[in-house]
Amino acid sequence: MSDQLVSENMSEQVSEPLLRVENLFCERDERVLFDELGFTLSAGQILQVEGQNGSGKTTLLRILCGLSRHYEGEIVWRGEPVSQQRERYHRELVYLGHQPGVKAVLTAEENLRWYAALDGSIDDSVISYALMQVGLEGFEDVPCHMLSAGQNRRVGLARLYLSQAPLWILDEPFTAIDKKGVAAQEALLVEHAERGGCVILTTHQELQLTDYLSHINLDRQVGTS
Amino acid sequence: MSNKNWMPRWFYQLASPRWCYQITGKLMPGFILAAVLLILAGVAWGLAFAPADYQQGNSFRIIYLHVPSAFLAQSIYMTMAIAGAIGLIWKMKVADMVAKSCAPIGASMAILALVTGAIWGKPTWGAWWVWDARLTSMLILLFLYFGVMALNSAIENESTAAQATAVLAIVGLVNIPIIKYSVDWWNTLHQPATFKLTEKPAMPVEMWLPLLIMVLGFYCFFAVALMLRLRNEIIQRERRAGWVRELLIEK
Amino acid sequence: MNDMGTKIRKLGQLSGTSEEVFRPGSVLLATIRRELLLAFRRRSDLVNPLIFFLMVATLFPLGISPEPSVLTLLAPGVVWVAALLATLLSMDSLFRSDFDDGSLEQILLSPQPLFMVVLGKVVAHWIMTGLPLTLMAPLLGIMLFLPAEGMGGLMLSLLLGTPTLSLIGAIGAALTVGLRKGGVLISLLVLPLYIPVLIFGTAAVEASVTGLPVTGHLALLGALLALGFSLAPLAIAAALRISVSG
Repeated sequence: MSDQLVSENMSEQVSEPLLRVENLFCERDERVLFDELGFTLSAGQILQVEGQNGSGKTTLLRILCGLSRHYEGEIVWRGEPVSQQRERYHRELVYLGHQPGVKAVLTAEENLRWYAALDGSIDDSVISYALMQVGLEGFEDVPCHMLSAGQNRRVGLARLYLSQAPLWILDEPFTAIDKKGVAAQEALLVEHAERGGCVILTTHQELQLTDYLSHINLDRQVGTS
Repeated sequence: MSNKNWMPRWFYQLASPRWCYQITGKLMPGFILAAVLLILAGVAWGLAFAPADYQQGNSFRIIYLHVPSAFLAQSIYMTMAIAGAIGLIWKMKVADMVAKSCAPIGASMAILALVTGAIWGKPTWGAWWVWDARLTSMLILLFLYFGVMALNSAIENESTAAQATAVLAIVGLVNIPIIKYSVDWWNTLHQPATFKLTEKPAMPVEMWLPLLIMVLGFYCFFAVALMLRLRNEIIQRERRAGWVRELLIEK
Repeated sequence: MNDMGTKIRKLGQLSGTSEEVFRPGSVLLATIRRELLLAFRRRSDLVNPLIFFLMVATLFPLGISPEPSVLTLLAPGVVWVAALLATLLSMDSLFRSDFDDGSLEQILLSPQPLFMVVLGKVVAHWIMTGLPLTLMAPLLGIMLFLPAEGMGGLMLSLLLGTPTLSLIGAIGAALTVGLRKGGVLISLLVLPLYIPVLIFGTAAVEASVTGLPVTGHLALLGALLALGFSLAPLAIAAALRISVSG
């Protein structure tokens, strides 16, 4: 079963980009955020969405992951419109929003166990693996309200390592994380890209991973209609 | 949505606000005429020529307002929920606008039915308000309308408001028969065999024919009110579209 | 299994969650477990609706009359109205904390059926409010001079009725979760829908007080519950998607 999946993925990766966005149009409060926005994302690519505050970065990410449906245009995943394969698309996607989705009264491990269940996994070793990836080993049993803001953010980031989803959509993932932590996380993004995954993110930090990085700037989109 | 193709073409024409604005403009004069004629005829016949009720005398004549408004209050809720569902499933803006336009008309019809019911109740029961099953159901229907309108105005984003309201209206529609049944049941439990409004054994033709005319007149009136509100809503939402601007320049 | 999990990770296979790991039942249980855990970490929230329940019931003797004959007559309705309001009061917070901290977005994006997650949350809500209210009801019955014969009917009707209240209330909570002033609005949306449950519930208590058979009433409450169980989660799920997308 798993071998078959791998080979399927491989062949698809070669022939066609994973994600294709065509003619995306979105308007909020009578202001056009973007119009005729289009791009593709292939395996191994990291796409940084840039733009000033209010240019629609978060809106774009929310549209891409399917939370917001206030848009016109087409989002295609593995050659098929997302609207016709929501479940499969959501299985292959991890989204990290502005709010990390971490419950303050639960411990890091309890938080992740719930997300693991949502992903359909019951394997506890995955949780310790994920906490190790974000540098939180030893903090498994500390309630999250006793962790710092950066550590809470890391609990959120740990979700990336719970699943095998190829597409990561990250909205300001490195907020409140220290320099060393950001460098470590960037290395993990690169690792994800090298394994055939792809990443879309917004961030105010200067990223070091220039080899993999491509950009899209939403400022240019404003007012083009 | 993938199941778009099996719907007839007019269905998609309806989806265009512009087409909808034009067609309602053409239909409206006819409906206005029909509403005026039917209501005038019904009122004249009902109030002046229909025979007085052998038990209630002339006070029963308020039936010619009470029954049509109660009918309408219920059918408008159904219209609203169905329009909401169409808007939800086919993402049709015009259907959202229809649903939104329905709510205030329906609420005012429910209020009219309650007020006329109270006025009728005074000579019949000697009290302005009696917990009669029909009146109670109508009051709850009014509450449902209030809920829909409150939710619609609380959400700022128009399309989110329309979708949320549609879900609420559909939930309400599923509940209306249950509410009606439970209230009827409650009523018989607490005051068995009281004198009921409108449930008269065999109303003579001279009495119900004007009533039928009034009901038809009220439906035409609803159609007019709905089209007026809808056209208003279309103009407001599409104010930046080219055709609306041209329209405004013409006038 | 564990070793294999790690190995697959190292191989670098990225497949998303495979079809095999769909376990609606285990998601339901995991959700209930998480909700209960959250509630027990904040025990004060757990007690508030119960105190409210007690207080509302206290207002009636003070506002009307402490006369046992009067209160006996009012008891079924008062206990039911108080239970209904206590449930309603606790409804607003059902999805709000998940909305505020971003968990709700994750729930919506999870590959698991939303129906199950939503059902899990509602069941947990009932375990934390409806069930304690039911267990506490006899106390209020005694305060309001409800005859001893009515206690069974009271508890059974609440046991069958409060889950329906939770299910309907959750629709209102889902529709208003994105709004700042959800509190009053939710009552406006939900109260009219509560009326059938109130009617059948109080009727069941009254029937059991007068010694009439209650099975019919309980069957009606059960039918409402069955209907709620099958339809309400759909409405809740749709409402949540709409609220989050706005």
